[in-house]
Amino acid sequence: MPDSESNPIRDAIAEAISEHDTILFMKGTPEAPACGFSARTVAMLQSLQAPFAAVDILPDPRIRQELSAISGWPTIPQLFVRGELVGGCDIVSEMYESGELADTLGIPEPESAPTTAPVASAPQPAGLTQIENRLG
Amino acid sequence: MPTAEEIKQRIETSIPGARAEVEDYTGGGDHFRATVVSPAFTGRSRIEQHKLVYAVFGDEIGGAIHALSLKTQADPETPLRGQASVGGGEQQRTAPATT
Repeated sequence: MPDSESNPIRDAIAEAISEHDTILFMKGTPEAPACGFSARTVAMLQSLQAPFAAVDILPDPRIRQELSAISGWPTIPQLFVRGELVGGCDIVSEMYESGELADTLGIPEPESAPTTAPVASAPQPAGLTQIENRLG
Repeated sequence: MPTAEEIKQRIETSIPGARAEVEDYTGGGDHFRATVVSPAFTGRSRIEQHKLVYAVFGDEIGGAIHALSLKTQADPETPLRGQASVGGGEQQRTAPATT
């Protein structure tokens, strides 16, 4: 009899969120985002040189389903910092532009930080981790 | 396929005291951008404010409505939620550039 409480995908997502200080659930990968909102969020994190883990939710629709069940947030991307949902592209953009994002990420805000959100991708930070295969 | 006007009306009837401005920014009827002001947002975090708006549409978000980009604000008189004094309270924050 299947155990209705066993939910490996949800458990893997919860574990990923707790294991990574900064983790972005997105469509596509940081190198090849599959959606403009995900691309913009990646570009903001990269412009702050913030190390982050990234999970592509596209390979399996259940990833998005379970993620939204955990977070109560219906859209992608979703950025988590220290286990807490920070927001999607809109909130991250507002925080980026106000300087709050750097604070939340616990990184120094670059002196020359642009005041509007970047649109293009920047070089990939060294701390990037790919873990999507664990959720597949 | 909802229209911007329908989205606006649903937000305004579902959230107490809400005023919404909604635009269909691709013209395709599935990507919307909304600015919502409501006293119901008072004392709530940005995440909670956005969740209130998303809750109006339930499963339609990600379904018929592919994207609903949000800006929320508790009080029309207060520029941007009184988030400390970053930027000296100027109304300089604009939607992020899109291409």
